[in-house]
Amino acid sequence: MNLAGRLTVSAFMHDPITMGGVLMMIVLGLGVVGALFYFKRWRWLWREWLTALDPKKIGVMYLGLASFMLLRGVADVMMIRVQQATSVGASHGIVSTDTFQQVFSAHGTIMIFFVAMGFMFGLINLIVPLQIGARDVAFPFLNSVSFWLYASGLALINLSLVIGSFSPAGWLAYPPLSELAYSPGVGVDYWIWSLQIAGLGSLLSGINFTVTILRMRAVGMSLMKMPIFVWSVLCAMALVIFAFPILTATLAMLALDRTLGMHFFTATGGGNPMMYVNLIWSWGHPEVYILMLPAFGIYSEIVATFARKRLFGYKSMVFALGAITVLSFIVWLHHFFTMGAGADVNAFFGIMTGVIAIPTGVKVFNWLFTMYRGRIKFATPMYWFLGFVFTFTIGGMTGVLMSVPAIDFQVHNTLFLVAHFHNMIIGGVLFGYFAGFSYWFPKMFGFKLNERLGRYAFWCWFVGFLVAFMPLYILGLMGATRRLDHYDASMGWQWLFIVAGVGVAIICAGIGFQLLQLAVSIWKRKANQDLTGDPWNGRTLEWSVASPAPVYNFAVLPVVSERDPFWEAKEANQAYGLAKYSDIVMPKNSGMGLIIAGFAFIFGFAVVWHIWWLVALALLGVIVSIVVRASDDDTEAIIPAAEVQRLEAAARARRQTA
Amino acid sequence: MKLRGPAAAIAVITVVILAAAVTVLHMGGAVILNPKGMVADQERTLLIVATGLSLLVIIPVFIMTLVITWRYRETNTKATYQPNWDRSRTAETIWWLIPTALILALSIITWQSSHSLDPAKALASSTPPITVQVIALDWKWLFIYPDQHVASVNMVQFPEGTPVHFVITSDAPMNSFWIPALGGQIYAMPGMSTQLNLMANTTGDFKGSSANISGVGFASMRFVARSSSQLAFEQWVAAAKASGNALTQASYDQLAKPSSNNAVKVYTLTDRSLYDRTVMKYMMPLPQSSELGSYGSTQ
Repeated sequence: MNLAGRLTVSAFMHDPITMGGVLMMIVLGLGVVGALFYFKRWRWLWREWLTALDPKKIGVMYLGLASFMLLRGVADVMMIRVQQATSVGASHGIVSTDTFQQVFSAHGTIMIFFVAMGFMFGLINLIVPLQIGARDVAFPFLNSVSFWLYASGLALINLSLVIGSFSPAGWLAYPPLSELAYSPGVGVDYWIWSLQIAGLGSLLSGINFTVTILRMRAVGMSLMKMPIFVWSVLCAMALVIFAFPILTATLAMLALDRTLGMHFFTATGGGNPMMYVNLIWSWGHPEVYILMLPAFGIYSEIVATFARKRLFGYKSMVFALGAITVLSFIVWLHHFFTMGAGADVNAFFGIMTGVIAIPTGVKVFNWLFTMYRGRIKFATPMYWFLGFVFTFTIGGMTGVLMSVPAIDFQVHNTLFLVAHFHNMIIGGVLFGYFAGFSYWFPKMFGFKLNERLGRYAFWCWFVGFLVAFMPLYILGLMGATRRLDHYDASMGWQWLFIVAGVGVAIICAGIGFQLLQLAVSIWKRKANQDLTGDPWNGRTLEWSVASPAPVYNFAVLPVVSERDPFWEAKEANQAYGLAKYSDIVMPKNSGMGLIIAGFAFIFGFAVVWHIWWLVALALLGVIVSIVVRASDDDTEAIIPAAEVQRLEAAARARRQTA
Repeated sequence: MKLRGPAAAIAVITVVILAAAVTVLHMGGAVILNPKGMVADQERTLLIVATGLSLLVIIPVFIMTLVITWRYRETNTKATYQPNWDRSRTAETIWWLIPTALILALSIITWQSSHSLDPAKALASSTPPITVQVIALDWKWLFIYPDQHVASVNMVQFPEGTPVHFVITSDAPMNSFWIPALGGQIYAMPGMSTQLNLMANTTGDFKGSSANISGVGFASMRFVARSSSQLAFEQWVAAAKASGNALTQASYDQLAKPSSNNAVKVYTLTDRSLYDRTVMKYMMPLPQSSELGSYGSTQ
């Protein structure tokens, strides 16, 4: 038996460009480790962060990893843009076809699973318990397991850069291309197992936050008094619970095909690749709305806050969210109108897709009327919102166009489609998360982000986005299909690819401004301190506590009677009352989440490389860790009333200096 | 009314870049907007109608955004401020109805066009159609003419004004068969046979490609779709028959091995059930050879 499975020295050999990426990863990793030793921060890292069960800390870790992966995803974009701008006619660009295909597959996978999902769960962790007036999530330890599974999946996908290779089969890895017959290497296995591990974390988070929202709301907060962001999260988490098991099952079947020679999706042996396409999109389409709905919720919060007016048409908004949630499960076939279904089937799914535009349109009108007769303050989050209104409506329009099957036949799998979904994911989802990030940043860290640099970042992102993606729409109409590593000069596409590359460069400047904004804001944090806990004149409960929020969130659990409880309390001059404090029970930190997920990571690596003894060992590790954790009865710690009193008095004193 | 503020700047940037994009499209390089076939022509009309319908809602939204954000900016203290006004049954009914009306109109268009432009539907024409069997291979296209008894690689020729009935499969990973000048695409899948009906309105050479990734050679899966006169088509068929290349199971198996950037090559077809056998070989149990015909053939 070969103890190393199919792992050989050649797995460490790469072409020069990949090697550059590997070296960067190694240098970065060594830099972090070195810094931890130099500043003697290991103990601090372990105690304060790695073992944290506080959803606010877990949220910050999600945001940190997602930001890191955004940089990696953008590095992939730069390679894609340079390749497509230069690989024309006699020139074959900067990377080999195989590397190029790995790069765009990694780009899509990373941006959806590790950037968008990471930002989403980060913000949800930070804000949902605070908005519903809770001290914690329903299952704090499970939450830590979810996060570490996400981190494990993320580590595995990055490891594929260093050891072996990544999938070249596109971000959804359609069989039979992704089957053993056509992709015999480890790439597709890395893809499968990093998603399996991270996806399991997402499913557990979905359950956790659904229960949290349904069971842990403040007294008096009926469902129809929940902040709209919480509604959007509840809808998204319901989608997670229904959609992610489909992903898990589909990936499991593909893994069985590849590892044990089964025939679920192979073309031969009675398998059916069309079933895979069907299944992956019945997860994939809800996934789009899993990302989109919380962004809708964020925009709703921001518009109401900065227009200083109640959200217009709350019931319509809730109904629209619910309608989108249901509809998002009956449109998946629009991703493959071109697979040859009959006219009736295509027409049904086309019409259902169009119907989603109705509740979405209603939301836009409600946002506009929230601002109508308001007093709008244009802080950075509002810039992201306004940018979203314009880009998202364009993307919505091209989406409606593609919902007509006969139009889709002409633009499917072209750069028109690529431009459309980036329109939704960047202009819709990412702008929303950036808006939420700058809106809630003071609540995380106790100081505001620099407004001017934030606006610069916005302008670069917005202009860069249009310059990068309008050419892609045109290219699609010129017949340019996606994922081409090379094309003929006679196509006349090159100059548009170059323009798109310029757009990406402008976006990179935007990212540069974001990093600079973060650095400057930390540097000058004393000047931008949020002493009140309420920097934007907010409406919901998270603004009623100090910034950064204390570990227990609320010294006294709030009682709610209105939809915008904090706003109403301020109006009635009852926002900050004195109270009698009592002991607060909070979960103790635990490193077991990290350990369980660590074994999951080893399991993923071992199964990719067919190191069966290690697979067994890692599985055993997971099971033993779970048993050990389950047998631990000492999981709670008490924050004494006196300590609460002290912290609250300090917060009050800070507020009075403001 | 003068408008300033971030929304106005955002709108100006958006409109300028959109206008630039529309100008580029008018320069004429966009094959989908300059169709050369009956199906592509109808698909373009649909695209334009649906765009127009959407703009009916989008333009008012843009204008409302501009006006509202400017009028109700923080510094304009003259504007009405009603912080507690949060519902209006009339207003909300109106904007549930506006997108509903748009989608209703679009749904009718969707239903009708899905049927009239169903890729599997034969095109109405006084000229009888010709059948071309298409096999996507790693990484080239094989075209088989079961009734003309010829075949070709990376080039497909047919007479103008004649409906072409493509039946399409793959003996490789999934691909998508697409000639944008003539009409929309359809997947080519192993063990499956999809159909596409197209007709060229003029003569000319049109570019075809695979729109779905199928491995390292996928970018080279380009082919020429040549629409010619009936006479030129017949001459081409005759030349293929006289080429001396015979497409047999053995030469097919050779051709099916992975290769890319294959030159155009014509064959005389000796085995009319080649296409059917290629589709059926993925099925178990394999049907008897005598049960196989030639899918799509009119003879």
